[in-house]
Amino acid sequence: MKVLVGVKRVIDYNVNIRVKSDGSGVETENVRMSANPFDEIALEEAVRLKEAGICSELLAVTVGDEASQEVLRSALAMGADRAIRIDVTESPQPLNVAALLAAVAREEAVDLVLLGKQAIDDDANQAGQMTAALLGWPQGTFASELTIAEGRARVAREIDGGQQTVELDLPAVVTADLRLNEPRFVKLPAMMKAKKRPIEERTPEALGVDMRPRVERVKVSEPVPREAGVKVADVDELLDKLRNEAGVI
Amino acid sequence: MTNTILVVAETAGETLAASTLSTLTAARELDGPIDVLVAGARPAATAENLASMAGVRRVLVAEAPHLAGGLAEDLSGLVAGHVEHYSHVLAPATTFGKNLLPRVAALVDIQMVSDVTVIQDAETFVHPIYAGNANETLRVLEPHKLLTIRPTAFAKEVVGGGKAQLERIDVGETQAQSREVELQLDQSDRPQLESSGIVVSGGRAFGSLEKFRLLEELAADLNAAVGASRAAVDAGYAPNDCQVGQTGKVVAPELYIAVGISGAIQHLAGMTGSKVIVAINKDPDAPIFGVADYGLVGDLFEILPEFHEKIRQLRSEPKPELAEG
Ligand SMILES: Cc1cc2nc3c(=O)[nH]c(=O)nc-3n(C[C@H](O)[C@H](O)[C@H](O)COP(=O)(O)OP(=O)(O)OC[C@H]3O[C@@H](n4cnc5c(N)ncnc54)[C@H](O)[C@@H]3O)c2cc1C
Ligand SMILES: Nc1ncnc2c1ncn2[C@@H]1O[C@H](COP(=O)(O)O)[C@@H](O)[C@H]1O
Repeated sequence: MKVLVGVKRVIDYNVNIRVKSDGSGVETENVRMSANPFDEIALEEAVRLKEAGICSELLAVTVGDEASQEVLRSALAMGADRAIRIDVTESPQPLNVAALLAAVAREEAVDLVLLGKQAIDDDANQAGQMTAALLGWPQGTFASELTIAEGRARVAREIDGGQQTVELDLPAVVTADLRLNEPRFVKLPAMMKAKKRPIEERTPEALGVDMRPRVERVKVSEPVPREAGVKVADVDELLDKLRNEAGVI
Repeated sequence: MTNTILVVAETAGETLAASTLSTLTAARELDGPIDVLVAGARPAATAENLASMAGVRRVLVAEAPHLAGGLAEDLSGLVAGHVEHYSHVLAPATTFGKNLLPRVAALVDIQMVSDVTVIQDAETFVHPIYAGNANETLRVLEPHKLLTIRPTAFAKEVVGGGKAQLERIDVGETQAQSREVELQLDQSDRPQLESSGIVVSGGRAFGSLEKFRLLEELAADLNAAVGASRAAVDAGYAPNDCQVGQTGKVVAPELYIAVGISGAIQHLAGMTGSKVIVAINKDPDAPIFGVADYGLVGDLFEILPEFHEKIRQLRSEPKPELAEG
């Protein structure tokens, strides 16, 4: 079975985000970047499917500029067999990403597309569902458990009221939630080896995808900060404040 | 140009989910007739309920056994078939809406907007990005605007006075590519996390499932919902649907009490909209104190029992009248 994993390069989750003063976006210069954490989980899951002998070829795909190569290098180091970068310069919108991933999935005849449930920069939570729609495949979003057997995927999904388990015919799209697994650390020698491996390149034109933006950023602004509060000395003072100042108890 | 709005209702069994009320509030801001689509195995009661809400012109009722699980594969085709009649299609930004609307959007070739918190005008919307560390204002160039609505950003009030028509719609065949095989819903009789007036949340500091009960007992006496940090959920102290944060639930209660939670940005993303925030943490430099109205530094295992005991006493006394303002 062939598995495609989508990996996006984003600002590292530990970085304190700074909004640019001109409101055009957030500061990305000299900022630590890494693979979207959910995509690392998706990748780990695919590597485990490989180790279990279920996945025969693991394809890591990123949509991004030259610098995005680095997330593909770590994907190769983690266990991906091939890496493809789809060359775009502007940061792509989820529908464009989905169209590109769907095109590659078709071209490569993959059986499973594994994505993160959301990219932690745009927080969109869209690309997986959109990819599934464009391919006409079923979807298992927010997965906390995935089992593949007899041409089907069984997915436990984290939903608002609890957990829903669905069974999907393959091919399918699955998006990873935090508790699907804990990604392994990539060892340095593996990383060094990955540096020498080839990275395939594609373009939106060759894949027949129109990259015209459908929404326009007007501005990015900082949220209004909460007013600083006070420290209270003990439980009595806390209760007094909650009751007589805030009136919430 | 006038707006016509379609709201995709979320149901909880045979009742309306609170998130649908917020979505209706957002729809009313768009100023135009609102149609609501409700789908399920037995949507009749919910449909009646929706028909009585202000601003609702028609309730589109999709009834079929295969719609019970709310699977996006079935629902998306259904909703997609109606998009062309509306300027705006709204669904709540809950796991229901997040699973569904992007699939609808791709079927009709439209770039949607997730998690809208402000509707500026018919084509301009604000939503948080980077775990709420920035707000992005977007102008949507698409012929139809597809939006998921962040429930905490719009009031959950029931506005009655509507007299909408009910209209059965064609539900089509089930696609049979996906099936629900199991549904485990939380059976607790606690108030719901998303709509409770008080939320008490616990973090890694509790150290065990047994100790986490301290928090649940306090919640019971406060008639509060229980929340948790990711670390507490990962450790198994609380079920996954209790997670508050960037990738869990967003809550905005009157009172949020964070106990033994450090306040990572991913957690803050889910609770800084609360009216009053209390933090209890033994580390005076914990980031959670940066957003807390009232911070108490100390060991939760000493503070929590005392707090709980005194709450019990207080609860047996009448609440004082507050001066307005
Ligand atoms: C992609 C991604 C998404 C994430 N999404 C979420 C999310 O949605 N929600 C979320 O919560 N997290 C999320 N996280 C995780 C987040 O980064 C933090 O790791 C997590 O919130 C930490 O949980 P915590 O505060 O319980 O644990 P810790 O950070 O370990 O904090 C424990 C705190 O307890 C205090 N403490 C310890 N003992 C005591 C005691 N006896 N009395 C009082 N205080 C004590 C400590 O001082 C410390 O501040 C996400 C992370 C990633 C990478
Ligand atoms: N530029 C990209 N390159 C590769 N995969 C992506 C890209 N953008 C999004 N994805 C995938 O789609 C998922 C959801 O992204 P989003 O809809 O932007 O929140 C991510 O977790 C990735 O797996």
